[in-house]
Amino acid sequence: MAVIQDVHGHTHDHPTGIMRWLTTTNHKDIGTLYLCFSLAMLFVGGFLAMGIRAELFMPGIQILEPEVFNSFTTLHGLIMVFGAVMPAWVGFANWQIPLMIGAPDMAFARLNNWSFWLLPIAALLLITSFFVPGGAAAGGWTFYPPLSTQGGMGTDMMLFAVHVFGMSSIMGSINIITTILNMRAPGMTLMKMPMFVWSWLITAYLLVLVMPVLAGAVTMVLTDRNFGTSFFNAAGGGDPVMFQHIFWFFGHPEVYIMILPAFGVVSEVITTFSRKPLFGYTSMVYAIAAIALLSCFVWAHHMFTVGMPVTGQLFFMYATMLIAVPTGVKVFNWTATMWRGSLTFETPMLFSIGFIVLFVIGGFSGVVCAIVPIDVQVQDTYYVIAHFHYVLVSGALFALFSGAYYWLPKWTGHMYNETLGKWHFWLSMIFFNVAFFVQHFLGLAGMPRRIPDYALQFADFNMISSIGAFGFGLTQLLFVYIVVKCVRGGEKAKDKTWEGAHTLEWTHLPSPAPYHSFETPPVVK
Amino acid sequence: MKGSKLMALLSNFVVLGSYSGLAISSKYNLPEPQTPIAQEIYDQHIMALWICLVIFIGVFGVMGYSIVKHRKSVGYKAANFHHSTIVELIWTVIPVLILIAISWPATKTIIAMKDTSEADITIKATGYQWMWGYDYIQGEGEGISFYSQLATSQDQIRNQAPKGENYLLEVDNRVVVPTGKKIRVLMTANDVIHAWWVPALGVKQDAIPGFIRDAWFKVEKPGIYRGQCAELCGKEHGFMPVVVEVMEQEKYSRWVVERQKAASAAVVNTALVKNGASKN
Repeated sequence: MAVIQDVHGHTHDHPTGIMRWLTTTNHKDIGTLYLCFSLAMLFVGGFLAMGIRAELFMPGIQILEPEVFNSFTTLHGLIMVFGAVMPAWVGFANWQIPLMIGAPDMAFARLNNWSFWLLPIAALLLITSFFVPGGAAAGGWTFYPPLSTQGGMGTDMMLFAVHVFGMSSIMGSINIITTILNMRAPGMTLMKMPMFVWSWLITAYLLVLVMPVLAGAVTMVLTDRNFGTSFFNAAGGGDPVMFQHIFWFFGHPEVYIMILPAFGVVSEVITTFSRKPLFGYTSMVYAIAAIALLSCFVWAHHMFTVGMPVTGQLFFMYATMLIAVPTGVKVFNWTATMWRGSLTFETPMLFSIGFIVLFVIGGFSGVVCAIVPIDVQVQDTYYVIAHFHYVLVSGALFALFSGAYYWLPKWTGHMYNETLGKWHFWLSMIFFNVAFFVQHFLGLAGMPRRIPDYALQFADFNMISSIGAFGFGLTQLLFVYIVVKCVRGGEKAKDKTWEGAHTLEWTHLPSPAPYHSFETPPVVK
Repeated sequence: MKGSKLMALLSNFVVLGSYSGLAISSKYNLPEPQTPIAQEIYDQHIMALWICLVIFIGVFGVMGYSIVKHRKSVGYKAANFHHSTIVELIWTVIPVLILIAISWPATKTIIAMKDTSEADITIKATGYQWMWGYDYIQGEGEGISFYSQLATSQDQIRNQAPKGENYLLEVDNRVVVPTGKKIRVLMTANDVIHAWWVPALGVKQDAIPGFIRDAWFKVEKPGIYRGQCAELCGKEHGFMPVVVEVMEQEKYSRWVVERQKAASAAVVNTALVKNGASKN
């Protein structure tokens, strides 16, 4: 560690090689680590998805035995949620929050290092669980007991991994909250913060609120499995439904944890490429806050078929539908931001527009799922699979791509290849819809989720969906190629790469951003 | 080939709405509803789709216009407006009104779904890893009890025999019920959580070990209605279908008599065997 006073960032006695990365406390290094880790996990989770779609390509059991298939769906979900999407957003937070609020680094630099290095441990636990006796957890990413009390050692490894992921998230969020609240440049009041920072501030509060709840659920399942307790075992006086309430009290805010930072990125990108201020900044902030607040009161909409009193179903239906209002406000505001702007369509803008269009489709199917009678038909079917992939893949993942293309020039100092970027967008857009749009039909026609084999009337759409999924998976290799090429070299990026950019990292810092930035805070007017 | 399939898919989606009320069987939509509840669900889904479509066209019509006209490449200069309280208020209030319009019929359906009182016949469905057990516990047929397992052969699943028409959706013993009677189903489970689901009847209810839940249906049209377990329950989750056969009243009464005869014969047989065993 740099014990010597590091004046203006000129004295560098950092360790080099692997030790640089193991011991780093620099927000940019840690951000890079997070982003590389999550990209690797995207491909691990993607590999599992390819396995699932290969098995479902045709009726009959061909590639994966039913138990292995269940492990694939379980680990696909867990790895994508905890390994890919969440760390990717923390990576963006690490890189961008200090740059956007004019702070020299994150508030707790060592904690930052630790919260990252927990992740590979958790990921290792998950991945190696495939090779232990009994195989990986196969009870779904939601690990409902009593099914999750049945699995072998792989299930314990999975539960422990979730614990470790949770710890990492809590530490990361505390760091983010402290940084945003205490380290803003003079003059940057809360209501002058960029939308991305706002979205992360609220997300971090959600994380701190619900992650401990998940930890509680995980702990109870662990003790039920290993120490003879009966929290969720009816025969011992417990209640399996209680698990679902606790899990979804975490699980529903969790989906907003994955999507709120996406709203932030899209707000930045749309504004920049429309060359116009964000429409309704104040209502955007309130909308995010309202979504976050409401998200804590709707968890039982995942449980409409579990059985609950009429009043319970009505309350959770109304509350869920209400979320459509602030979400609608965001979409209308983005549209109004583009209206009479001076639009250009570089790759980040394309991904953001793609995000809005497809996220709205996911939002619509969300409202459909919120209507209890309809949910009785579509719950636990491919309709739900289609719904949450529209909000998580073409939602969170598209926004991540948008943000990556947007900030890559600032991070690397080089321009990415625009032509290839556009190819990446269009191929992703087409294959994504081929893969997931038909799943709406599958769900309506009655195909349950999490089955390795299906009745013959579902064969056509499954084949189409698999073809789309393979195409989508392959397309993402293009992204890796573009990023590696951009890191290695390329056209020199201007300090203010994008004409319409207005946040501090573009107006006050060179490209690439130096290892230490904003040691003297800028003054925001 | 793939192109024509996609076209067929698209055109079907476009004409989907015109089937509202007609409710023909389609692989693009919910199955043909057989109960009043399933019909209400079907109609509400179509209504929701139309509302979504209108909003989608509205929003992306505006955005599309902007994308075509307000581009820098055609020399469009950016305006500088950034908020309008009135406009923002309008697009907050209108969605609220739309949501109220959607939730009103839904609320009535929920209340109707939950009313399991005054059933003519009550059947208990128990989920096992991996089959269903049925006990007729009240009404005509009381005392009948059997297990219902997947009837599709392993050879078909393993691709060693051609797959039959009802591949994975056929069982050895169907649940049999009469037409025009209110059937209440009690759901529970023996080991892990399962879910009893028959799409055409508009019933899906989790079966939870240690707890009893219920649902009801009433079918006018005789027929065989197929569904599946809808809650992940382990490795054979995809292989425990639910098949309900709805018969006319007289036919049902005959089925009950046959079943009960077979059951009492079985009881006599067991008794004889036991007797024989104790004598030896």
